[in-house]
Amino acid sequence: MALRHEPVTAHRSQQGRVAAGALALAAIGILIGGAFAGLAVEAVQSWQGAIAAFDSYLLRAARFTLVQAGLSTLLSVIPAIFVARALARHPRFPGRGLILQLFAVPLALPGIVAALGVLALYGRAGLLAPPLSWITGETWQGIYGLSGILVAHVFFNMPLAARLFLAALEAVPADQWKLSAQLGMGPGAIFRLIEWPAIRAALPGVATLVFMICAISFTVVLTLGGGPRATTLEVAIYQALRFDFDPARAIALTLVQVILTAGIIIVLARLGASMTGDANLPTTSRRAVFPSSGETGLNAAVILLALAFVAGPMAATVIAGLVADLSRLAREPAVHAATATSLILAALAAFLCLLLSIALVAARRALEIARGSPSPGPLERLTDTGASLVLIVPPIVIGAGWFILLRRFGDVFVFAPLMVVTVNAVMAMPFAMRAIRPAYDAASARHEKLCLTLGITGLDRFRLVDWPGLKRPAATGFAFAMALSLGDLGVIALFGSDQVKTLPYLLLERMGSYRTADAAGLALFLGLFCLALMFFAAHWAREKPWR
Amino acid sequence: MALTSSKGAAVELASVAFAYPGGAPLRFDLAVGPSQIVALMGPSGSGKSTLLNLIAGFETPLSGRVMIGGEDVTRLPPYGRPVSMIFQENNLFGHLTVEQNVGLGRSPSLRLAAEDRVAVGEALARTELSGKEARLPHALSGGERQRVALARVLVRRQPVLLLDEPFASLGPALRDEMLDLLSELHREHAMTILMATHDPHDAERLAETLVFIENGSIAGAGGAGEFLSGQGSAAFDRYLGERKLRR
Repeated sequence: MALRHEPVTAHRSQQGRVAAGALALAAIGILIGGAFAGLAVEAVQSWQGAIAAFDSYLLRAARFTLVQAGLSTLLSVIPAIFVARALARHPRFPGRGLILQLFAVPLALPGIVAALGVLALYGRAGLLAPPLSWITGETWQGIYGLSGILVAHVFFNMPLAARLFLAALEAVPADQWKLSAQLGMGPGAIFRLIEWPAIRAALPGVATLVFMICAISFTVVLTLGGGPRATTLEVAIYQALRFDFDPARAIALTLVQVILTAGIIIVLARLGASMTGDANLPTTSRRAVFPSSGETGLNAAVILLALAFVAGPMAATVIAGLVADLSRLAREPAVHAATATSLILAALAAFLCLLLSIALVAARRALEIARGSPSPGPLERLTDTGASLVLIVPPIVIGAGWFILLRRFGDVFVFAPLMVVTVNAVMAMPFAMRAIRPAYDAASARHEKLCLTLGITGLDRFRLVDWPGLKRPAATGFAFAMALSLGDLGVIALFGSDQVKTLPYLLLERMGSYRTADAAGLALFLGLFCLALMFFAAHWAREKPWR
Repeated sequence: MALTSSKGAAVELASVAFAYPGGAPLRFDLAVGPSQIVALMGPSGSGKSTLLNLIAGFETPLSGRVMIGGEDVTRLPPYGRPVSMIFQENNLFGHLTVEQNVGLGRSPSLRLAAEDRVAVGEALARTELSGKEARLPHALSGGERQRVALARVLVRRQPVLLLDEPFASLGPALRDEMLDLLSELHREHAMTILMATHDPHDAERLAETLVFIENGSIAGAGGAGEFLSGQGSAAFDRYLGERKLRR
């Protein structure tokens, strides 16, 4: 059914929704504003220190951030083009659907689990260490530093980019493929005339998105990077606060980080790219593609190579995890405590995320209905894109700002639960809103007038009309936000302590004290948990709501 | 809030001016007597729906007054006006049962007292929907869905009923059935009815008065029979084309 956007003049029923949205915006504003206030106050008090912190260390961190992000982007995007093309040329490749689903897994994995997977495969004691030692003729030293970071980033982003490019290729009208087959175009001509134009259109958006993900990647760099030579701005902020306790340096680093991410976001927005990056892949592809047998072999090789690269660290995670003493881990009180803490904080974050997202979505719709002009007003724009603006400010930056501010009021670690819940809730909002908004807007287009004639307003309206249609998308948003929060290491790395430990924090601790087997077992547990949540999120998102 | 009389109320639009953002201005002057049945006809985009939206309160006039039963309702919200409205579709909430959808006409929070349930049962019996109380709208035919909407009109007992092309998606036989049901309900409850329609047959079967709307204002009004047999205006004849009734 087509949505009918007939303007309905403003009434009381809209004011409640707008007020709720304004409240949600205010809460987000306080979270981000408070962080910047903390940074500003500190900057004014110790400006000399902050200026002095613009030293060679900061420049090296900034340069390394850009270099590793640039290299990660190149290494992810270029192979992804070939993988996507190979998949597009073979709509009936055996196991194609499974491969595509597997390609969606890395993004759903917590960074620390993926990092451990990479180590379990390519590390000094990794599964591939013996053959690699044999090939190189000397003892394999394992991948740490830049090479480790690059491998992990490619593991995350190559499959993402491949899925996005494949979506672009599958958007090519079927008639063009038919025409190419009828005219007898070879693979070269097809690439030049059909495939490349589609990929080229998607390329800037995909590349910038990948660059962004790598530039603000914290967990991978923290776990795989090492020493001052392989430190990004985010990890440097963390080290300045947790180890050196040098707030002035943290401020200088944060300033550079914010400018950097804001720059990337502006480029992304210019390109009209989606900042939450996902690919809508059609499940049935009936395309007239007739690759030669030689090309088929080459494509199959490309696909299998990519598959091995993506599946390798996952398999290594599973193998290393199963080798660990799982029954002892399962009995350990520290593991129980961390699991409980993680679950409670993640559930609270997901609940808060949902609350804020629904408030913003409802307010946006109410403002859209009430507006007297064809273009949205400033408040409507804020409720629309306000949540994605959050992505400009990485969690570490918000965490750092509050860390510096809160230490004036006593023990910062007391605030750990509050910080973890609020920051993770807000970070998951762009994703939750994308799940909720289409359902809410469609229901509103259908029911707005009916609610007005019958006088169904306020909580009655939410209970009787809005919520029944929102259940599924809300469940999707909740599961997604919970998975995101469960795997997050950013805020807890700053605020974690012996009192408050989440699973990723415990994992990091065990890694730090070289209890690798423990870490592998925990990684398997955490990874499976997040995957299960993501699976349900995707499952609920696919099911059709009532019509 | 609701007037509980089962008599019709007069509807009057006095120099009502309105415009959608960026749209052409519309202007309506109209007086409909209590318990009258009026068919609103006119080309698509001429302003039929807007006229109904102004009476229902979905739109607020830039100037002028909307009067129902002699009272100025111009500033009242839709749910404060003694009006029921039936749209072409989306009259029902898809996740609520037939009984709940009708019950909303008694209580917008769906807290129904015993006498409300009785009223709902009677209305469903009157619209021949007994036995379908627990069904969800998607398990009903298009005609049945519109009958549920009519049942809700009955339990609301408002003196004015507005219909915006209510039967446009039904087949010819169902249409006639619905029009006859509407006539019967009008005989029993005597509510004032304004119905926007494109079909001269609807107008002829139901309405005594016809109002012709063109370019955002009322271009003519008179007996439905006269208009439909070509004694109205030249513009209306052009709008009707070959569909003129021959008598």
